[in-house]
Amino acid sequence: MSTAARTDQRSKLPGHHMVLGETEKLRLDSGIEFGPFTIAYQTYGELNADKTNAILVCHALTGDQYVADEVHPITGKEGWWREIVGSGKIIDTNKYFVICSNVIGGCLGSTGPKEINPATGKPWGLDFPVITIADMVRAQTMLIDALGIDTLFAVIGGSMGGMQVLEWCKSYSHRVFAAAPIATSFRHSAQNIAFHEVGRQAVMADPDWCGGNYLLEGKKPSRGLAVARMTAHITYLSQPALHRKFGRKLQNRGAITYSFDHDFQIESYLRHQGKSFVDRFDANSYLYITRAMDYFDLSADAEGRLGEAFVGCKTRFCVISFSSDWCFTTAESRQLAHALNASSCNVSCVEIESDKGHDAFLLDEPDFHMVLSGFIEGAAEIRGLK
Amino acid sequence: MNHSLPNATGVIPNDRIRVDLQLIADMVEPGTRVLDIGCGDGELLGYLTRSKDVDGRGLELSNEGVRNCVAQGLPVMQGDADRDLGDYPDGAFDYAILSQTLQATNRPKQVLTELLRIGQKAIVSFPNFGHWRARFDLMFRGRMPQNPNLPIMWYETPNIHFCTVRDFVALCDECGFKIERSMVLNESGSKVSLDSHSRLANFFGNQALFMLSK
Repeated sequence: MSTAARTDQRSKLPGHHMVLGETEKLRLDSGIEFGPFTIAYQTYGELNADKTNAILVCHALTGDQYVADEVHPITGKEGWWREIVGSGKIIDTNKYFVICSNVIGGCLGSTGPKEINPATGKPWGLDFPVITIADMVRAQTMLIDALGIDTLFAVIGGSMGGMQVLEWCKSYSHRVFAAAPIATSFRHSAQNIAFHEVGRQAVMADPDWCGGNYLLEGKKPSRGLAVARMTAHITYLSQPALHRKFGRKLQNRGAITYSFDHDFQIESYLRHQGKSFVDRFDANSYLYITRAMDYFDLSADAEGRLGEAFVGCKTRFCVISFSSDWCFTTAESRQLAHALNASSCNVSCVEIESDKGHDAFLLDEPDFHMVLSGFIEGAAEIRGLK
Repeated sequence: MNHSLPNATGVIPNDRIRVDLQLIADMVEPGTRVLDIGCGDGELLGYLTRSKDVDGRGLELSNEGVRNCVAQGLPVMQGDADRDLGDYPDGAFDYAILSQTLQATNRPKQVLTELLRIGQKAIVSFPNFGHWRARFDLMFRGRMPQNPNLPIMWYETPNIHFCTVRDFVALCDECGFKIERSMVLNESGSKVSLDSHSRLANFFGNQALFMLSK
């Protein structure tokens, strides 16, 4: 594939693209000097004259930069956080300049395994370097630099987005006035790593994965990726929420069929989730990004003393968890909040009661919205943002 | 959705809070660092932040209280005075406030010690079990006291460590805490002009309010 083809592929997706790391490369945690690379991003609202009203929203594993778009260019649905971000919403685009970038390693325009490796002229595939949450954030700092922004008013994100928020506060806290890590943790738990590994193995077990070279072979490991998504999707919900929604209801039939067809609605639903996911996501990106989450452990550098990661941090924190989230539990959020406290950080820590599981942060949860809104408005007042 | 709140720094005219909380607020110097333990819905913490330019933090047991505080822009975390004070660094605050919560803690002595480790000064208020009504209930009714100040029946009350003003003074003596200021309050929470160390204060004071240092 030629450079022209690459440009064409990217230009199909609307929004901004910034080429970074041309002069100074991105130093990855793995030791590789990487660049140049492209970051695809969206912005909403206007940057004020003082450049003090910028909010960086960090997306989760399968999220993307189209946080508040009316119509997602691939799915045709609304942006993934229109509940929160938009005109007159909690993250009010009339007041704030909102930036959301596709993570490095992603597959919606930022450089990732499906893009072309300039050294070979072929898609990167598994030659793409393994990236970490810190690498994603380092790439974001280069974008923020390029946009001429010194200090972000806030960095906000859920799940893997929350990991990025915490990484920002650990490594660049002087550039973050307020931070909301939501439904997240300071490290990926063994259980979460386990589920990710199941997902990755599902992808790699698909013959169409072709050892990661499926793009060259003109194939797509759709079945493997769909199974990975189905498994992951279960972990994002809760037992009560699933049962309330589906129970043991049958799918368009009066009785069980004594077959392996999707008799139950939940089966049909999961199959649909898997199927629609493969249309918008690259299988190798899924491997890379899940790996980045697995490697995340903020306490590791401080020899297990998490608080030391945040000593001297002046950022205002609002740590939010959901009672039925079993991927990122309140207990872990509390551990984080206690560590922040021990480092004399300004921290709020709230558990929202919800039975909607991990995905609650994406949904209409009035208590969550009330808390996030209060936190942002309180911080804006102190920051002098009108 | 509009959750806009009272200005976080400016003084609100006619900003009124409960009388006993006002007495606590009056003890706090402006511009200081304050930890309010058991901050409830943030009435005192919000007032101190708005009107005294205090850098305030809160710790609250109930999720609802925490939510309401954070929704007002107050930095509050969910936690327990018995369990979670150990996380705060030494001398992190000018004042550690424990309002109407001491009697509900498992280990009041340890909590008080923690308050004075975290804060230069501790401000503590509690219901006085030596009040004449409590004595009356025990003496003549032979029942655990129940009155507007202690409204909950013994089997449901979260208050597990009651003390009298004299008990509290004795504990401070034992621990070597210095009593900087003290007063007793009547039923409406207003100050009673009695020497708080006197037996009369222990008889007529409905609540007690102390400022301690090491």
